Amino acid sequence: MAEITLTVQNKHGLHVRPATQLADLAGKFKSRVEIVKDGHAVAARSIIELLTLAAAHGTVLTVRAEGPDAAEAVAAVEKLFTSRFGLE
Amino acid sequence: MQILKGTPVSPGIGIGEAFVLDIEEYRLPRRAVPMEQVEAEIARFETAVESVVTEIKGDIARVEASIAGENLPGIFQGHLAIVRDLVAPVIEAVKKYRFTPEHAVSKKVRTIVKQLTSNEDPTGFASRLVADFTDVEKRLMRALFGERTSARDNGRAKSVIFARDLTPSQTIALDRTRILGFVTEFGGKTSHTAILARAQGIPAVVGIENATRDVSGGDIVIVDGTKGMVIVEPDEETLRKYRALERNYVNFERRTSDEMRQQPSATADGIQIALLANIELPDEAEHARNCGAGGIGLFRTEFMFFDARNPPDEKTQFEAYRKVLRDMEGRPVTIRALDIGADKEFASGTIAPERNPFLGCRGIRYLFERMDLFRTQLRAVLRASAFGRVRIMFPMISTLDEVKQAKAILEDVREELTSEGVEFDPEIPVGIMIEVPSAAISADILCSEVDFLSIGTNDLVQYVMAVDRMNEKISSLYQPGHPSVLRLIRQVIEAGALSERPVSMCGEMSGDPLFTVPLLGFGLRSFSAMPTALPTVKKVLRSVTLEEAREVGREVLKLQDSHHVIEFLTERTRKILPEMF
Repeated sequence: MAEITLTVQNKHGLHVRPATQLADLAGKFKSRVEIVKDGHAVAARSIIELLTLAAAHGTVLTVRAEGPDAAEAVAAVEKLFTSRFGLE
Repeated sequence: MQILKGTPVSPGIGIGEAFVLDIEEYRLPRRAVPMEQVEAEIARFETAVESVVTEIKGDIARVEASIAGENLPGIFQGHLAIVRDLVAPVIEAVKKYRFTPEHAVSKKVRTIVKQLTSNEDPTGFASRLVADFTDVEKRLMRALFGERTSARDNGRAKSVIFARDLTPSQTIALDRTRILGFVTEFGGKTSHTAILARAQGIPAVVGIENATRDVSGGDIVIVDGTKGMVIVEPDEETLRKYRALERNYVNFERRTSDEMRQQPSATADGIQIALLANIELPDEAEHARNCGAGGIGLFRTEFMFFDARNPPDEKTQFEAYRKVLRDMEGRPVTIRALDIGADKEFASGTIAPERNPFLGCRGIRYLFERMDLFRTQLRAVLRASAFGRVRIMFPMISTLDEVKQAKAILEDVREELTSEGVEFDPEIPVGIMIEVPSAAISADILCSEVDFLSIGTNDLVQYVMAVDRMNEKISSLYQPGHPSVLRLIRQVIEAGALSERPVSMCGEMSGDPLFTVPLLGFGLRSFSAMPTALPTVKKVLRSVTLEEAREVGREVLKLQDSHHVIEFLTERTRKILPEMF
């Protein structure tokens, strides 16, 4: 299992476009990737669940992956977050 | 069969399929799917999903082609992902709980929305997400409904429009030739839907709570705009009865209109009365002329401003005004300066919400704030005046200073045009709306600065009675027949007569045959109403002599309340128009 804590840096939060990218990315890994906000975990490959987190700018999230490629998955998600999803 | 009761705002009968707008507010009946139909329902849902996916992809392609700045394609990609994500839980709910797909979609989205709105949302972030989900829901609902009703597809069939409320922009976006009736949950007799429906002769009933909940798209409905009733899924007998009524009503309207078209608009003793039309859109001018209008007494220009994303430029406005002048073939056209604020939401501008919009910055008050809009419009109106008989009118005047200021701006624009060598009518008459009590009471003072007055009864009644005309709870207090209103109207007409300024009336009252005779008796010689009302008003005024009208005017002022006034006038009008009362 791999885990990392990240902050949403995008000005407009985890809205539809970044969430789409995140769900797409999570779907590429064999591991199950979860995003946790305030103890509430959702499946990262589901855009609906990601959006229901309502993660606005500055929200602290934990990314958790379990499976054969867990470390790669978490690293990829981290990269997406730090690149601000290529949007800003 | 289900009978819903509301407020009748536009007479006539409409029979046809229901078309429900505002699907995001739609609550579907929890109808169970029979076991043997589950597979078929799932297939129906899958077809709907496919068509929505195609639709969104089409939008992505179109948006990429047209708009570069905003990343709409990215947002639509997200919507596509949402649709795909919804498929599994919806199918599961259809299988497990035997929900209809509509209900399952609605329930799922409702759960998500509830979750999103459960926390505080200071930045509006969550509410923007809610908009994304409702947009997707709307698309799915439309696709699902599409298979049950032929009213879809921009209304291939004629249909009855059901909505919570219709904004002016929604109303004009609808193809008017395909509308059999309007039913809304909100609004009163003078709401925009009501005015527009009457102008087009489309039956309408407003103020039916839960109308969009109780009716499903594709249901057969009867709208009785005369009685204020909507019948959902009528039985055979009711349907037969109403089909006959519908024919009779159409016949009566056509008969009156045919009978009156060639008749001069004058009283029984030959006093000429001006019958003018109120219009909202340039396209209505021709219709107005066909209804026998001697001119346009009120060209509301707001609709032009709702229609576009941005306020129309001078050229667009000029062309709209010139078209009306051309269609009116030399008859006078009164153009009212933009009257927005309050109920007329203005999509392209930025009006901050006010505590009391009806007492707020609207009409001329707003124009003084938006000098850019005001000057552009004045330029367009003046330029049009070179091509016909134009009169300009300022809305919502409450003081003499406002009249002077508006005229000073007009003068400035005239000088500007003169210096540019642009032609216009130097004698263009300038008038004001009398719709604020202060203006009505001091009409004699205002007369010194203007060429004509036009009484706007919709607002005048609202302000005199202190009744918000959109508030159904107190709609019984909205009383055009109240003695205070009648006295004030007479006072304005007399003030105009003393100063030799023509007085016209352009509110709903002037198109209501109930008030034709007393208004004539008060001295009104110019009525401006929606085109379809003109034949009936003409019929009434042709039936009385001036002396008889004066007598009615005196009698009506002796009555103590609206109830007695309406009773007295109904009794009297029934003799002339037995079909209507």
